[in-house]
Amino acid sequence: MSTLTFHEVSVRYGTHTVLHEVSLEVPEGETVGLVGESGCGKSTLARAAVGLAPVTSGAILLDGRPVPTRGRRPVQMVFQDPYSSLDPRMTVGESIAEALPGRPARRERQQEIARLLALVHLDPGRAGDLPGQLSGGQRQRVALARALAARPQVILADEITSALDVSVQGAVLNLIRDMRRELGLSMLFISHDLAVVRYVADHLAVLHAGRIVEHGPAARVLGDPRHDYTRHLLASAHPLKEHT
Amino acid sequence: MRALRRPVGLVGVALLALVLFAAAFGPVLWGDRAAAVDTADLLAGPSAEHWIGTDNLGRDLFARVLVAARLSILLALAATAIGMVLGFLLGAAPMLLGRRLGRLITAAVNVLVAFPGLLLVLFFAVVFGVGARGAALAVGLAGAPAFARLCHTLIAGVSERDYVAAARIAGVGRVRMLWRHVLPNIAEPVIVYATMTAGAALLTFAGLSFLGLGVQAPDYDWGKLMQDGLNGIYVHPLAALGPGIAVVLAGLAFNLTGEAFAAGPRRTHVLPPAGPPSPATTPAATTVLSADDLRVTIPGPNGPIHAVRGVSLTVGDGEAVGVVGESGSGKSVTALAVAGLLEPPVRVEAGHLAVAGEDLLAPGASRRLGTALAVVFQDPMTSFNPAHRVGPQLAEVSRFHQGMGRRAAFARAVDRLRAVRIGDPARRARQYPFEFSGGMRQRAMIGMGLMGEPRLIVADEPTTALDVTVQRQVLDLLADVRRDTGAALLLISHDVSVVTDVCDRVLVMYAGRVVEELPAKDLRALARHPYTRALVAAVPDMETDLDRPLAVIPGLPVDPVEAPAGCAFAPRCPLADDHCRAVPPPLLDGVACHKAGEAQ
Ligand SMILES: Nc1ncnc2c1ncn2[C@@H]1O[C@H](COP(=O)(O)OP(=O)(O)OP(=O)(O)O)[C@@H](O)[C@H]1O
Ligand code: SF4
Ligand SMILES: [Mg+2]
Repeated sequence: MSTLTFHEVSVRYGTHTVLHEVSLEVPEGETVGLVGESGCGKSTLARAAVGLAPVTSGAILLDGRPVPTRGRRPVQMVFQDPYSSLDPRMTVGESIAEALPGRPARRERQQEIARLLALVHLDPGRAGDLPGQLSGGQRQRVALARALAARPQVILADEITSALDVSVQGAVLNLIRDMRRELGLSMLFISHDLAVVRYVADHLAVLHAGRIVEHGPAARVLGDPRHDYTRHLLASAHPLKEHT
Repeated sequence: MRALRRPVGLVGVALLALVLFAAAFGPVLWGDRAAAVDTADLLAGPSAEHWIGTDNLGRDLFARVLVAARLSILLALAATAIGMVLGFLLGAAPMLLGRRLGRLITAAVNVLVAFPGLLLVLFFAVVFGVGARGAALAVGLAGAPAFARLCHTLIAGVSERDYVAAARIAGVGRVRMLWRHVLPNIAEPVIVYATMTAGAALLTFAGLSFLGLGVQAPDYDWGKLMQDGLNGIYVHPLAALGPGIAVVLAGLAFNLTGEAFAAGPRRTHVLPPAGPPSPATTPAATTVLSADDLRVTIPGPNGPIHAVRGVSLTVGDGEAVGVVGESGSGKSVTALAVAGLLEPPVRVEAGHLAVAGEDLLAPGASRRLGTALAVVFQDPMTSFNPAHRVGPQLAEVSRFHQGMGRRAAFARAVDRLRAVRIGDPARRARQYPFEFSGGMRQRAMIGMGLMGEPRLIVADEPTTALDVTVQRQVLDLLADVRRDTGAALLLISHDVSVVTDVCDRVLVMYAGRVVEELPAKDLRALARHPYTRALVAAVPDMETDLDRPLAVIPGLPVDPVEAPAGCAFAPRCPLADDHCRAVPPPLLDGVACHKAGEAQ
């Protein structure tokens, strides 16, 4: 695993600047939570790291070298919507195989697919299933297995639980924590749900209008927020408290 | 094959089979007869021997029409294939060649599409020269721009999908991407369109041959036969009309077939079950939605899926009712049934089902409902057409249902976009869906639901992808609308905290049934059903213990194909006993559990 560094990254679409000189580090083996409101550029930041959004200025570095944005990326991304992140016409096994590096022989490939499926707590026998036969939570695990298949150094998780049922969300979050422990994954974990981020992240960064407004250890940012916007987020995180 | 169940589709397919049969076997069966010269019987009229007469060498015209089927069809198919391949490549240009070059090509295609097709054909026919090959190229090339535009739209839709992004990140090349991910996912509509185009190509071809630009003697297609017959049109009209009728029939065959397969889903009306509805369930005047014993059955490969198994619910005017439950518990199907959006072969049955005073059991109800019912769905990407700008798509609703003018409707669209807190709505209205972030698309979708003045808003997971602050704004917006118009809300969500925050009353669904119904404020603390309790416990909050795994509900939801005899939650319930497994608990006093409220 490696360190992913965003160094004064700006992204502009036409005249509309989405990210303003964002600097952020995802340290080796740690999870950084990224929170912020809709449209503030969270997804854009992640997409820039894998070459899906154009970086206007600044640099995105992996262990000090620019991240390749062509071919198989050493940084892999898991998307929000489990219903759109798997090709409906490809089996689970085919989707995962596509991300495997090199051209493994048939046997090897099948073993690797089975290993990855077991890793994300799925029955390896499901390799032949089409996404339509899987529930949202199962699809999200397949997407995670596909990302892991590419032997990434860093994983970007963009709202991976927000489309999932609460009962499944818990299982996926537990899985993410297990994987970090077992594989030492470095991860950028994007979510709008502070309670979810709190559960998985070591560090927390708050993005507001394309700028990082606060950044620090998760416990510190949540326990002693210094920026007004962070306080605002924390205040709106708990509508339930008013009732109970 | 749904298309075959409609008379139009049946006629089309039957005609097409006949035409293809003639094309395949015509020359074999009637070739000799069509070539037999009979100098004693030149330019004869119709007779028992020669049904539509003979030509200037005394050859039987009817046989010649049948034989000409092969060349006519082959040429039409070849031209369609040329148009399709070329169109696909042009349409895929943005993906293959990168953004800048792709945009140039797309612009060129748009200009060409606006050109009259016939002019293009004639232009190319002259360029490529007289003859069958030139004509095929001409018709093919002229058809390419329309194909290109279709492919472009479809490909844009597929490229939006995350699986394409994921494949790119995994290092999949552009060509393989097109082949493995794009083509299979756009094939269906392209083939339907190609079928219809083949019919048009056939007509164009006949026209070219008729003008002498197409097939040349001694070969002949239908157009050539028409040209030959033209000289004697006043004497023997059938000599020219015969091949003309063949062209029309074959063209119709392709068109009807394509059309039948392209036909979109239709709204259904609900089937009342046998027996009179119980009078006790007649809705009170103040309810905007009332359903009694709603059942939805979906045919599946392993037997019918009982997605909704007897749900009764009422929503009062201006009331907000939430529905929570795991995926597959029947929340969305319930919403779709209420909105009249389920199509056969799905079966919807109810003792009673009425929305905004319209009895959905009566035919035509969903049309009369108009904008009284607004529906907001979970996946805004599939609800928006990727090829059209957002504003006009919203405006469409008002133009269609409220008969507004183009300008007024657009102004309202901008206003509604502003109402759903989209900054700079006038500029945003002119953007395409892909230029919106996920959250903005969802808000625009809600804006579309608010184009009319709804009495009931059915919102299926409307805020799933939104962060807390915007979720708040959107929910406040829904609250505003409800206050202003008295609209009621049926809010479906897997997010327990959203539902508790917004709704007055909550229904908890499990395996197609309501297992608990209670005031929203009691959900956290006063739930009595073991499932409701487990659901609430699974939501992490700011006090969750970070050193322990999150609580999850053990096991999997029941397979709706095998609706269990007793309580559906029994396999996952810590309190389950034999009585639970044998006898389904009825919904009594707001909870369906034999051991309601017992400690676990
Ligand atoms: N391909 C694109 N072309 C033009 N503008 C874009 C494009 N993608 C994103 N944007 C703009 O970038 C901004 C940030 O979008 P982004 O998707 O990063 O938001 P987000 O924080 O992830 O929001 P959400 O939580 O709603 O998904 C928005 O203003 C959006 O309009
Ligand atoms: S009826 Fe029995 S099995 Fe069903 S929820 Fe109640 S206690 Fe559990
Ligand atoms: Mg996003």
